Amino acid sequence: MSASKATPWWLSGPALVLFTALLLVPLLLTTVLSFNAYDPATGVKAGEFTLEHYAHVFTDDYYYGIFWRTFWISGLVTLICVAVGAPEAYILSRMGKPWRSILLLVVLAPLLVSVVVRAFGWSMLLGPEGLVNSGLKLVGLRPVRMLYTEVAVVVALAHVMLPFMVIPVWTSLQKLDPGVENAALSLRASPFTTLRRIVLPQVLPGILSGSLIVFGLSASAFAIPGLLGGRRLKMVATVVYDEYLHELNWPLGAAIALTLLVANLVVMLSYNRLVEGRYKKSLG
Amino acid sequence: MSFLQLSNVTKFYGSTCAVSDMNLTVEKGEFVSLLGPSGCGKTTTLQMVAGFEAVSSGSVELDGRDITHAKANTRGLGIVFQTYALFPHMTVADNVSFGLEMRKMPKAERSERVKQALALVHLEALAERYPRELSGGQRQRVALARALVIEPPVLLLDEPLSNLDAKLREEMQFELRKIQRKVGTTTVMVTHDQSEAMSISDRVVVMEGGCATQIDNPHSVYEHPRTRSISTFVGKANLLTGHVVAGGAKTRVNLGSIEVDVDDAGFRHGTLVLLSVRPEKLQLREAGQGRLDGMVRERFFLGSQWLYTVNTALGELSVLSPNDGRPALDEGHLAGIDWPTHCTRLLPADEPALHSVEPA
Repeated sequence: MSASKATPWWLSGPALVLFTALLLVPLLLTTVLSFNAYDPATGVKAGEFTLEHYAHVFTDDYYYGIFWRTFWISGLVTLICVAVGAPEAYILSRMGKPWRSILLLVVLAPLLVSVVVRAFGWSMLLGPEGLVNSGLKLVGLRPVRMLYTEVAVVVALAHVMLPFMVIPVWTSLQKLDPGVENAALSLRASPFTTLRRIVLPQVLPGILSGSLIVFGLSASAFAIPGLLGGRRLKMVATVVYDEYLHELNWPLGAAIALTLLVANLVVMLSYNRLVEGRYKKSLG
Repeated sequence: MSFLQLSNVTKFYGSTCAVSDMNLTVEKGEFVSLLGPSGCGKTTTLQMVAGFEAVSSGSVELDGRDITHAKANTRGLGIVFQTYALFPHMTVADNVSFGLEMRKMPKAERSERVKQALALVHLEALAERYPRELSGGQRQRVALARALVIEPPVLLLDEPLSNLDAKLREEMQFELRKIQRKVGTTTVMVTHDQSEAMSISDRVVVMEGGCATQIDNPHSVYEHPRTRSISTFVGKANLLTGHVVAGGAKTRVNLGSIEVDVDDAGFRHGTLVLLSVRPEKLQLREAGQGRLDGMVRERFFLGSQWLYTVNTALGELSVLSPNDGRPALDEGHLAGIDWPTHCTRLLPADEPALHSVEPA
């Protein structure tokens, strides 16, 4: 009997070790680091603790601006992904045999290419001499500055994040009883009403989890804002990078990173609470 | 003038023909079942009436109006789906109310009608529950209430009872018929269960390979099956091969070791035929007192009946005897077998061409 009691622990052991060593321990070290005192001349002072870094983050408008930008960009990217990804998943699920698999692969293909490579691809498209501006010049319009602006970051992030929206929505569409749409139609609902009143509420859980993933990943995205936002347009992850590698102020970097983590958690949990309450009772 | 009329309705999927030249007329208030094995085109036929599948050729008319190419959401038919297809995110009352809401009915009237519909299926108490909190039988009733509340001209039932367990299925069968009688809605049901089709329909349409092979009332389908496959699909049948030795108003058939008379007419001398006789029509006698003798090889106890397999000179025969209190025959027992002449049917030995069958 004792053997069977220990079995679950043995089975989950490898995952637990991995989880502890790769996530919990670094997180704990980062937390400790964020409270360590720092001297620009000598570096981190181990064993000496202070709240100075947090005070710094919370009193400086510079950081407020960066956090605000990070969250509105993530929110906008999430909105775009919902607006594009949910209909895309629906259309895909209604497609015929060969096309469905082919187009699903096309949607997922970006995941197979490195984010860095994709970011450079976008910078070639959006740059001053890029394809978009060449096209604008060709039809006689003035070129538009896009690279190193929020536009470039939002467009590229939306592209990278789209699969993370399509997959969960696709999954909840698979669980949909194909009869319910016909049932709604037979009761005189228009195709649009059917979509809004019958299909949409049932894929809401998929849209919810998709937007949580997209928002979380966007808010902590590094490569895209780093490469397409340039030196001046900073987001939180790029600021953390700067503190660590340029200013060498590791404790301040750690404090910003943890603030991002907590803020992200708060936004995602309250969003989850808000949306989940609406379908919890009916869909379980 | 018939109420629902299918004329030469045909459905092709690519080059495969799912339904061919289906003709069916349904009178107002009638309960018609489409009966057949899976893949016979019965569900496709229903889907075409519902408007979920396009009709390749032919026409569907409802109350004099051609609805062949009308959109599904303009036909106003009540449909109960095999999976029930309830809206899982709505309460029972909201599910039932949906169709009325789409018809822009005022709220007060709507809730009154919903209440009546739920009362009809005995679910008043569960109006605020969600579908996932209901049992299979209750979901089935909600689906029925949802389809009936809009007072549709025709109610379409797609294997409505196939997801229920045997006991509940039997109960719902009679319940369904009772409700249909009460509201008087013209009903077309699709089913593969012959006992279900026979017990509750006014008429049965037997389908095979995309064609209607017999359209008749349940009793006639059972007692006068038109083809060999109907006689074995609808109930069980002992099929004995023989040839006609004398035609006329009555037919005399040579079965090999014996010759018997059959009431069916119209068979010519020398024609190869199948003599069909249902197991419950065979009567066991003392040896030597029936039309032929045989030895009981196996017996099965079915509760209300005994099923015997009897080896005879004509081959193996199944015999169903009522369990009426008399002792059952043992295996190895020698018995005589007899049957009333009017209980036997003659079928052509080769299957007739399916297309030649006209609706009754």
